[in-house]
Amino acid sequence: MSSSTLTAPVPAAGALSSLQRSRQRMAWLLVLPSVLVLFAIAGLPLARTFFMSFTDAQLSDLSARQFVGLANYLGDTGVLNDPQWWGAVRNTLWFALLSVSLETLFGLGIALMLNHPSPLKALLRAAVLVPWAIPTVVSAKMWTWMLHDQFGVINAMLLSAGLIDAPLAWTADPDLAFTTIVLVDVWKTTPFMALLILAALQMVPGDCYEAARVDGVPAWSVFLNITLPLITPAVLVAMIFRTLDALRVFDLIYVMTSNSRSTKSMSVYVREQLIDFQLAGYGSAAATLLFLLIALITLCYMALARRRMEGH
Amino acid sequence: MSEIRLQGIHKRFGGNPILADINLTIAPGEFCVFIGPSGCGKSTLLRLIAGLDDASGGELHIDGRCVNDVPPAQRDVAMVFQSYALYPHMTVYDNMAFGLRHLKLGKDEIERRVRSAAESLHLTALLDRKPGALSGGQRQRVAIGRAIVRQPKVFLFDEPLSNLDASLRVKTRVEIARLHRQLGSASMVYVTHDQVEAMTLADKIVLLKPLAGQEGVPSIAQVGHPLDLYHHPKNRFVASFIGSPGMNFFPAEVSQASSSGLQCLAGTATLQAAVNASGQQAGTAVTVGIRPEHVQVGEGSLLGRITHLEHLGEHSYAYLETGLSPAPLVVKLAGSRAAIGDSLRFALPAASLHVFDAADEALPRLAANLAAA
Repeated sequence: MSSSTLTAPVPAAGALSSLQRSRQRMAWLLVLPSVLVLFAIAGLPLARTFFMSFTDAQLSDLSARQFVGLANYLGDTGVLNDPQWWGAVRNTLWFALLSVSLETLFGLGIALMLNHPSPLKALLRAAVLVPWAIPTVVSAKMWTWMLHDQFGVINAMLLSAGLIDAPLAWTADPDLAFTTIVLVDVWKTTPFMALLILAALQMVPGDCYEAARVDGVPAWSVFLNITLPLITPAVLVAMIFRTLDALRVFDLIYVMTSNSRSTKSMSVYVREQLIDFQLAGYGSAAATLLFLLIALITLCYMALARRRMEGH
Repeated sequence: MSEIRLQGIHKRFGGNPILADINLTIAPGEFCVFIGPSGCGKSTLLRLIAGLDDASGGELHIDGRCVNDVPPAQRDVAMVFQSYALYPHMTVYDNMAFGLRHLKLGKDEIERRVRSAAESLHLTALLDRKPGALSGGQRQRVAIGRAIVRQPKVFLFDEPLSNLDASLRVKTRVEIARLHRQLGSASMVYVTHDQVEAMTLADKIVLLKPLAGQEGVPSIAQVGHPLDLYHHPKNRFVASFIGSPGMNFFPAEVSQASSSGLQCLAGTATLQAAVNASGQQAGTAVTVGIRPEHVQVGEGSLLGRITHLEHLGEHSYAYLETGLSPAPLVVKLAGSRAAIGDSLRFALPAASLHVFDAADEALPRLAANLAAA
């Protein structure tokens, strides 16, 4: 699900000098390995998925397939006519929006706190990283146990604190499952945001703050008018990364609430069609749509971010 | 009108004394320059006055008010940073106006102040640019403009010219001197390691000595008018720091001493120095100093052979091998006619000699008034 475009160097109007030509040859030679690798691991599978999406192939026997045109997309039983697909699209978009906004906010808060000089700084920075360092499947399992409706520690704590009367089925209750997934994802990915924002904060020249101090600029104004504009480009980049990740979310949902319709993401839907239902052609169509959607959102996001950055 | 008074200020960083026992008064409207070799704490002292650092002890008064516990914003000071510290995402106009917007000033007043500062610093055409699009000199002027618009009682400059190239440095130096005349009533405190800046700008030079705290002496080696430090250095440190190229020093032994003069033996030569040497015993060791520009070349009984020459166009510096000491004697020659290997006749006038006792303290010069004139 990655794409790469390479623009050939524009030849100059006149003849190129031999030095320029040899430089160009060298440039192509240097990018050649990565182009080949990208082609092999991204281009080929992608092309194959495109191709499969126009067939009725079954996973059990991929060779016995027939070309069915756009039937997998637009047919009566095509992906675009499946309410479950649209449910997955809605879930994924909501998930990405909520998760990325919340982790940006929390990440910013934590980064601001970590940016203050403190003897514990190195320790805190390491501690913050822990959730990000744990493999997703492990942390998903860990949270599944902590959130278990009968034996989970979260319910036990909430009950003994008197905040709830009866145990909550965090992952099974269709009304709660989605929120639970978002919160666990926020817990897991906030460290990533916090560290990227912290790096951005440390790039802000310290003497700007000193100048503001001598000028008597209040703290809120320093934050709004100096800190925030200076870290925005880095935060936007971090948000793009996280949005891409969130749109492809799979492992967390698969481990915690694999069968719940209320949390099913596009990736989970694709896997279900491809593996559970063995529909290689139909699943490929869904995968292609997922790819196109992410590509589109990414392009919009980057265009917007670039405009904002240029505005500053 | 505001006087800055420092009483017994000292500053330690993690147990290391950086500044020791600073007692200093900067008069209203005065241009005071802190100078010293790197590590002497001159920037730290400026930051103490700004309020960006806290003193470990002592009292700081601005305008008769003890400001030890007053935040920088309320000390009525403006600071120009060595790195300029401009806000990179704001235009030149906003850089200057930003601080003012928190002073409850009217929009018109802010506009008026920024425009007039921009006018006097030739920044009007650049008001819509961002710092990234400016040259070093322009950024420097914006940084000064940002200080001017606040109309502070005290301007603090932290090595403002050190990031500029040589010709721009001279130009900006003149600008700063002009600014000081224009702003008359505001005091300026200026940190530099460049003695030409110090000599040309200062009403008062404060020369700081590094590591003074560890030796248990006050950090300030000498305070005074630039010419005072040039002609009457209190000790060998001041004498060697002020002046370029530096003063020549050579060891000597006192042969006769009185309140009206001193006679000593340096190497093979007998020298007379016009200093008050009362209390000096014959036979004690002293250090004699003379500036390269005060050696009288072409006359006298001493002889030297040129071992190295530095031509500067209008004059040259010659390194002479002499009988005074093993170290070469640097002398200033008019023009550039001399050649390496030439022998020169020279004299060391009694009125131009500095004499330092065993503790490196200067003996009072008798020809003081004459030389200062």
